[in-house]
Amino acid sequence: MNYYTDKIKEISKKILSDGKVDTVFGFRKGSLGYMSEPFMAKTAQAADKLVFDCNCRMNLVNYVTNRTGKIGIVVKGCDSRNLVTHIVENKIKRDQLYIIGVPCTGLADKDALLEAAEGEIDSVEDDGETVTVKGEGFEKKLSKKDILQSNCRTCIKRNPVIYDELVGEEVPELEIENRFEDVEKVETMSSDERWDFFNDLLSECTRCYACRNACPLCYCPTCFVDESRPQWVGKGDNETDVMTYHYLRAFHDAGRCTDCGACEAACPMGIKMRYFTRKTIKDCVEKYGFETGMNLEQRPALDQYKVNDPDEFIK
Amino acid sequence: MKMISIKKSDWADAMKKVQESYALAGPVKDKGGHTFRELEKEEVPDLDYKETKMSPKEVVMPKTEVMFTYTLDTKKEGHHILEEVPFDKTPRAAVGIRPYDAKAIEILKKNFDTEDYKDPYFLNKYENLTLVGLAENNPLKVNFSTSCGTGPFDESCLDIILAESGDEYIGKVLTEKGEKFAAAAGFAEGDSGIESKIEELKKAAESKIKSSVSFDKIKKMTVLDLYEAPFWEEVGFACINCGTCTYACPTCWCFDIQDEAKGAEGVRTRNWDTCMSEVYSVHTTGHDPRHEDWQRTRNRFMHKLKYYLDKYEDGIMCVGCGRCVNQCPVNIDIRKVCQQMNDYEPSK
Repeated sequence: MNYYTDKIKEISKKILSDGKVDTVFGFRKGSLGYMSEPFMAKTAQAADKLVFDCNCRMNLVNYVTNRTGKIGIVVKGCDSRNLVTHIVENKIKRDQLYIIGVPCTGLADKDALLEAAEGEIDSVEDDGETVTVKGEGFEKKLSKKDILQSNCRTCIKRNPVIYDELVGEEVPELEIENRFEDVEKVETMSSDERWDFFNDLLSECTRCYACRNACPLCYCPTCFVDESRPQWVGKGDNETDVMTYHYLRAFHDAGRCTDCGACEAACPMGIKMRYFTRKTIKDCVEKYGFETGMNLEQRPALDQYKVNDPDEFIK
Repeated sequence: MKMISIKKSDWADAMKKVQESYALAGPVKDKGGHTFRELEKEEVPDLDYKETKMSPKEVVMPKTEVMFTYTLDTKKEGHHILEEVPFDKTPRAAVGIRPYDAKAIEILKKNFDTEDYKDPYFLNKYENLTLVGLAENNPLKVNFSTSCGTGPFDESCLDIILAESGDEYIGKVLTEKGEKFAAAAGFAEGDSGIESKIEELKKAAESKIKSSVSFDKIKKMTVLDLYEAPFWEEVGFACINCGTCTYACPTCWCFDIQDEAKGAEGVRTRNWDTCMSEVYSVHTTGHDPRHEDWQRTRNRFMHKLKYYLDKYEDGIMCVGCGRCVNQCPVNIDIRKVCQQMNDYEPSK
């Protein structure tokens, strides 16, 4: 998706020079070949540093929460759904935003890149179908579909649902055979098996809260884990406290998560906490026919009541 | 100084032997790579590793450490009185620790062992610990340890240094603690050529490090000049204020003390803390001097690269291991920030 870079620069320079926005939130090239860094361009000159590629793993909607002023923002399909959620939840106003939409062909899984490389990575290039990884003494062309982040494999909206300008032609949406195969695997486990599975999943969590802090939904002024009066959760490495954090966070995100994958991409320990949020997505889809953030008119799933809402799971 | 050598094929036996008198910590393969942790009996430190995500800091400063226990049950003797947790006096050794990670333990010591206060929790562990280092022949690209006053072959903070050489590990015994460990492991005395061989490997390894930081000019700037520098908001923009860098860092020493009770029985624990979090600096009044995200990012770099530098006059609070660079979810790079600080020219 490197080819979007020029267009993003062009649009950003234009809206910054015209005074349409005060700043543009995008990405700049990282210091590591497989990373891109969230970046705020305040001038047309600074906008020259903007890039876009398969290493742009953070969700920039996370950075607009409660901001004032006019902001240009680069969003993929999933991010755009988070923008919708943000607007519906009054975290930002639509007229504060100039939305630069990216028709997305998916992000590269960081670990998959590191594994595929035959040494340390100096650069990663992304033409939408092929990802070229280079380092000292090696150059490897990888088919993008083989190294996609797992959320990009089950993506239901690669094209932005809301935008002021698109940086390229819309891309075809994916045809997914079974979107929730991973969740179903967990659902079929016995409760003991599931307990062990979740324990193992979270065994390396250090409570750094990178998943929470990378998440655009986690904007509470004080997160429940940080409350001290009363203190709901212990702060140490007790496994019940660790689990409480992850489960409650998933519940708080129910009906709001777009599966952008920023949480897993941010986790330094490689924890797959999307098992939890994806269960809430599946339930919303199956029980309420609800997909998050598809348009500005739709109220959040847990913000509305219908007399015929399914209730067989309430015992 | 005694030279030692041990065949790789004899390594496991030597470690099992040494475990008769030492408890070991070391690198072992876990899911998702190597980790440095306390080992079970019969577990062998795996010296065939590149890096450990978490540093060996845990050996002297556990993530969560019980300091006291207490009971609120008035029927029990000593209720409402904090009971010290007895210290385990078994000699311990961190085997396979990287030389610059050992240097980091010395940096931690500056905080926990001062004239005014000697922290028993840290010092008990520290004094009881033998550091058996493994030099790094092929440092990663993010490694900039040589510019932080240490390096892949730094002997200054180790009791024994080992280096991989073909089918064996060669090394030097550097201290008395090291001698005891070498005897307990039954390391064979090596020939006199080992010293020059290690010197050769050291030169080769150091020459592979291309990455560096400079902080010579930071020292000359005033704290306020740097604090008020215009670049902090940009540096901190991407930062999501998670604790990844502080927890991965071998020199970040901040902690938080918590009482946790179940029924009438409780413990007082000490946990790693992170200055990236708002709860770290918020006052009981509700005022937070570092309320903005970027102010917390600024604080971490100012502490590591300026306050520490001024206070201890012994370089920066960083050993150049590169863990934070590799693990930061948004790719904030301490090398770039240090450069930016060092290059800054305050307007007069």
